[in-house]
Amino acid sequence: MALDKTGLAPNKVRWGELDEDDGEDLDFLLPPRQVIGPDENKIKKVIEYKFNDDGNKVKITTTTRVRKLASSQLSKRAVERRSWPKFGDAVHEDVGARLTMVSTEEILLERPRAPGTKAEESKVAGDSLAQLGKGGAVLMVCRTCGKKGDHWTSRCPYKDLAQPTETFVDKPPASEAAPGAGGATKGAYVPPSLRPGAERPGGSEMRRRNEENSVRVTNLSEDTREPDLLELFRTFGPVSRVYVAIDQKTGMSRGFGFVNFVNKEDAERAINKLNGYGYDNLILRVEWATPRAN
Amino acid sequence: MRPILMKGHERPLTFLKYNRDGDLLFSCAKDHTPTVWFADNGERLGTYRGHNGAVWCCDVSRDSMRLITGSADQTAKLWNVQTGAQLFSFNFDSPARAVDFSVGDKLAVITTDPFMELPSAIHVKRISGDPTEQTGESVLIIKGPQGRINRAVWGPLNKTIISGGEDAVVRIWDSETGKLLKESDKEIGHKKTITSLSKSADGSHFLTGSLDRSAKLWDTRSLTLIKTYVTERPVNAVAMSPLLDHVVLGGGQDASAVTTTDHRAGKFEAKFFDKILQEEIGGVKGHFGPINALAFNPDGRSFSSGGEDGYVRLHHFDSDYFNIKI
Repeated sequence: MALDKTGLAPNKVRWGELDEDDGEDLDFLLPPRQVIGPDENKIKKVIEYKFNDDGNKVKITTTTRVRKLASSQLSKRAVERRSWPKFGDAVHEDVGARLTMVSTEEILLERPRAPGTKAEESKVAGDSLAQLGKGGAVLMVCRTCGKKGDHWTSRCPYKDLAQPTETFVDKPPASEAAPGAGGATKGAYVPPSLRPGAERPGGSEMRRRNEENSVRVTNLSEDTREPDLLELFRTFGPVSRVYVAIDQKTGMSRGFGFVNFVNKEDAERAINKLNGYGYDNLILRVEWATPRAN
Repeated sequence: MRPILMKGHERPLTFLKYNRDGDLLFSCAKDHTPTVWFADNGERLGTYRGHNGAVWCCDVSRDSMRLITGSADQTAKLWNVQTGAQLFSFNFDSPARAVDFSVGDKLAVITTDPFMELPSAIHVKRISGDPTEQTGESVLIIKGPQGRINRAVWGPLNKTIISGGEDAVVRIWDSETGKLLKESDKEIGHKKTITSLSKSADGSHFLTGSLDRSAKLWDTRSLTLIKTYVTERPVNAVAMSPLLDHVVLGGGQDASAVTTTDHRAGKFEAKFFDKILQEEIGGVKGHFGPINALAFNPDGRSFSSGGEDGYVRLHHFDSDYFNIKI
């Protein structure tokens, strides 16, 4: 029942030493043992007085939190059953058999998402498949209007406004063909490169963005998720992408990830600062994702 | 919470059952001895020796004096809960699977597996108050469903019997005449074997778990589908909290595939769902194999799970469990 025992004695007294004191017959000189509580906060205080090795009087206050493991109002029958003799194999049970053990491990009801977060986020975190499909792009940056975290490019409310200008300027023929295709397969997936409005330069730009100012973070703890990494790296400057590698089979983190900065200087500062930084009981290793020429 | 681990069985667990007062927990396993434990501290009270095959299911009478067990040794046995003495043995020509005492403990339903060209059957037996007068005659035998009948339980006022099994159809039978009253729609019902069935505390609805990776909540009288809980692994066991609107699903990948994959991928947690919102609340890890049996203490403050790993894990909820908000 006693969960945490904290000796609040002025001198540190170990229980092992206390036993030795019993030999001295001076105990009758001490004030009697006092038990206070348990109070409404389930805190119980036991005040004892002992002599320590040097013969000094020591007051020991043991503060204990009392917790009922299982509260139950047992019926009369149940109380009766409590005293039933053992039968079957339970009669001659080896003392060392230890059939019943209390788990050494604290098991928690693991929430699929932290309490208080929105349902939308839970889908991101909970569905590992969807996460894989997105290629780790947790930060929603709309390529059409540049808005962050509001919507995906395909869902951009300004898409219709943005399209005509681009298509007319760059490639009028494409704009004619694409709407036709789009009309035939409404709702079907169209690769971004084939979408009206998204031009080839856009695609290559994206690829370049992935490579540029990319920082590899290794030795991450298993619990680290992309939002955690973002939290950590955001302080150095605008971050365009965060990715944590997830094991496809288990849905667990594989212990490394990538962070892309918008500015190279920020990335450099992050590397200088966070390489060797202790994060979640592990020491992070932060470096450029691709070997640099310079 | 720190679960209590009970290692009394040498083979995979098959079934768990609390008595009505919630102070005793009965466990059945593929080894031949059902066991009773104190449900608060997990201490073993006794074992029921006499079966010669895997024990699939058990039920305890309302006064916690009688236990009935169904076993693969082609018998269902009645036991004295207190002494472990065998009171009676119902002999069949095929393995017994599910057993359930009726309200009032005057009747028991026992299902038998298809075996040696015998079809599966549901037997209704009269349970006499005095064990010396007990006979093995069946009051009623229902035949018809294809494949094993994994669970059969009594409906309200003992008027019906609800069954589910390998043919994935939930059926409601008249317990007097043996007539089929209702069966679940193929379209909305389960697609694969129904592995478990658990009634709510008041008996107004029940939950079925299936290998099609879902559990479904049904109305007991009209057999209308109320809710569906979808998960990512086959469901072997289901339980409903008598206290909160929570359902628990247990399962995991096939036992045969356990050694070939990462244990973290096995999904051996007991998953908690909100009964009404059908949303996942959380998972309780711990087993090293699929969960085969789940039971809620009638007071709703603890639950136990039995796994393919041979362990029973008894969980007393922390106080924060009762304040979970979605």
